[in-house]
Amino acid sequence: MRRLLSHPSLVIGLVATVIFLVIGLLSLVWTPYPIEQIDIGRRYLGPSAAHWLGTDNLGRDLASLLMSGTWTSFLVAAVAVAIGVGLGVPLGLAAVAWGGAVEWLVLRLTDFVFAFPAVIVAILITALIGPGAINAIVAIGIFNIPVFARVARGGALSIATLDFVAAGRLAGLGRAMIAWRHLLPNIMSLIIVQGTIQTSLGILAEAGLSYIGLGTQPPATSLGLMLRDAQGVFLIHPWLTLVPGLAIVLIVIALNIAGDGLRDAIDPRLRQGNPNVLA
Amino acid sequence: MSLLEVSGLSVRFGQTEAVSDVSFSLQRGERFGIIGESGSGKTLTALAVTGLLPEGAQMSGAIRLDERPQPRLEHEMARLRGKRIGMVFQEPMTALNPLMRVKDQIAESIRINLSEAHVPQLLREVGLEPEHGERYPHQLSGGQRQRVIIAMAMASEPDILIADEPTSALDLITQRKVLDLIASICDRRHMTLLFISHDLKAVGALCSRVAVMHRGRLVETGKAASVFAAPRQAYTQKLVAASRFDIRPLSRPPIGTTLLEVDRITRDYRQGGMGPWARKPLRAVDGVSFSINAAECLALVGPSGCGKTTLARIVVGLDRATAGEVRLEGQRHHGSDLPKALRRDMSLVFQDPFGSFNPRMTIGNSIAEPLRLEPELDARAQRARLEEAVEAVGLTVPMLERYPHEFSGGQRQRLAIARALVTRPKLVVLDEPVSALDVSVRGEVLALLARLQADFGLTYLIISHDLDMIRAMADRVLVMEAGRIVEEGRPGEIFVHPQHRLTRELVAARLPEIG
Repeated sequence: MRRLLSHPSLVIGLVATVIFLVIGLLSLVWTPYPIEQIDIGRRYLGPSAAHWLGTDNLGRDLASLLMSGTWTSFLVAAVAVAIGVGLGVPLGLAAVAWGGAVEWLVLRLTDFVFAFPAVIVAILITALIGPGAINAIVAIGIFNIPVFARVARGGALSIATLDFVAAGRLAGLGRAMIAWRHLLPNIMSLIIVQGTIQTSLGILAEAGLSYIGLGTQPPATSLGLMLRDAQGVFLIHPWLTLVPGLAIVLIVIALNIAGDGLRDAIDPRLRQGNPNVLA
Repeated sequence: MSLLEVSGLSVRFGQTEAVSDVSFSLQRGERFGIIGESGSGKTLTALAVTGLLPEGAQMSGAIRLDERPQPRLEHEMARLRGKRIGMVFQEPMTALNPLMRVKDQIAESIRINLSEAHVPQLLREVGLEPEHGERYPHQLSGGQRQRVIIAMAMASEPDILIADEPTSALDLITQRKVLDLIASICDRRHMTLLFISHDLKAVGALCSRVAVMHRGRLVETGKAASVFAAPRQAYTQKLVAASRFDIRPLSRPPIGTTLLEVDRITRDYRQGGMGPWARKPLRAVDGVSFSINAAECLALVGPSGCGKTTLARIVVGLDRATAGEVRLEGQRHHGSDLPKALRRDMSLVFQDPFGSFNPRMTIGNSIAEPLRLEPELDARAQRARLEEAVEAVGLTVPMLERYPHEFSGGQRQRLAIARALVTRPKLVVLDEPVSALDVSVRGEVLALLARLQADFGLTYLIISHDLDMIRAMADRVLVMEAGRIVEEGRPGEIFVHPQHRLTRELVAARLPEIG
């Protein structure tokens, strides 16, 4: 733990991420104003004691929207990463453990999914079942699967040649048990680092999908949706775009810094004096 | 006047002192050897002499070349390094640029050092043909690569050649050839040699004066012959004793009937291509037959790449034979189709003790893994087996809770042997069991193996290229070349009267006994 905390970028990134996460979580139990409360009479107010970040074109409290939007962004990105890890990692491990036809199938499957950008997948889903936050989760999640499958396969390939895997086979372990006992624990750090990076990409993707109207729908809100609402009045009230835009930028930077820090902290090549730890 | 003088050299990394107060001097034309185990600071000493210490190392003490101190500026040091000091490294693959033809790499070091040498002449000097210069590093064998590196070191006509474990990655025959090459070049050019190795015999064959390093200190310095014949320090005595492989004959159970038969095993590797475009498959093992009797110790000897490891993997069931079969007590299998019930009767000890344990699992969990093959044991009985195995290899039960990185190489190899014994197998296959270990612990591990064989009546199949070890351990020897067995016999006969060309080469490549 002390080793982890000795990386300044990791500490900064993690602290900033946790602050945003706490803000988002807080919105579940408390926001200064209800986000669906529209009051045209108090629209376009500047920051004040009553409205810390002012109000938007419908008189909604911007601070409340920001808190709620942050939570949506995190939720969508995190669930999408969970989908990616939950399906992608087993696929990648299976490719290494079974090899041959299984590996070929997994690789072609990932190529196939890589060929479609997340937006196309989202449009497809929207066309089928209509827009919403769940759509965004599914679309981004599908896009995450091949990423994690490739990362898991790459890490596991280098582990699978080591003697302890052969020792496991000699001990009569099946392929699934080899993957579970020997491969997975040794690629865990790779998965964690990739998960952080994919979370930040997921937040960007969610903002993008909501911005073009395929993600979160009102009265719920997300950072991308706030941008979309504010773009019409950008020249008159730039503040309304600045707040959600800056929030997205800061969250993504925080997650990327944390991810880089984690990789530095975990990468054995950058770790001195302990040559025996893999991946 | 000495050419190189090192006085009071210390290298520290933060709080830990890796090299402390090392002093020695080299005369012109002298061959000086530094002996030490891994981690004894011998490589750091060499790096300090060349000014190539890693970042974060703090050096104190004085290093004088021709009475002049080391220059402080990096580019002056680099010029000195290029002009006066040649280096040969341990790993011949990583020391060469894989994307450059070797003649260009040699030409580069000639050009940088503004020397008068010529590439063909250098190649000839290290025993390579001019056409070898046209090749890329991956097209050369390990020994040839090491020759290229020696040629590069010679390009600047240096006064000192520093060779850091130049032969430890090579097999026995190539090792001898490279050592002879270094010796002849040093003689011809009157070059000073600083030779660093953990192998006492290699040092003994090459050097006139030696220093023994232990935990960063020079414990003994003197003439090679006198240090090896009559070591004064306890540590040196231990090293010299360990390099002799004196395994006391133990009363072993008599050799019994046939335990394992290998019947015309062949293994082909596909080399890509499909249908009519398929390339000719690579035949790693070519119709090999032999048998092992119960309680026997059979050794399989051969140069690297001769197929001995593939054969071992088929015997224990990790790889599948293309043709032929293996019979263990009459039960047939072809390698990876080995029935689960038979797996407990065979086990394998791997060469590399660092890769053979999962770093994320406790040693206890790793060693207990093969016990899955014995589902009839309950948890208590499993625990008892585990403790028995660990105590049999001379380690203690509390160590089971620790993780692999907390153990030294020798301890890990003991633990690997414990894992191999936990199912009480009949046959144990040992793939180069000591070649990755320091000389000082090799003897201990071999003595352990001999004792376990006597105590439990084990049958061993030892794979190795180390003839001294085989002479000490084996009852019978098979010599293998290019997938075939070319000679068979008792170690006493086969090494005294070798018949086949390869066996003669192997015997001739043995380094002379020290002292």
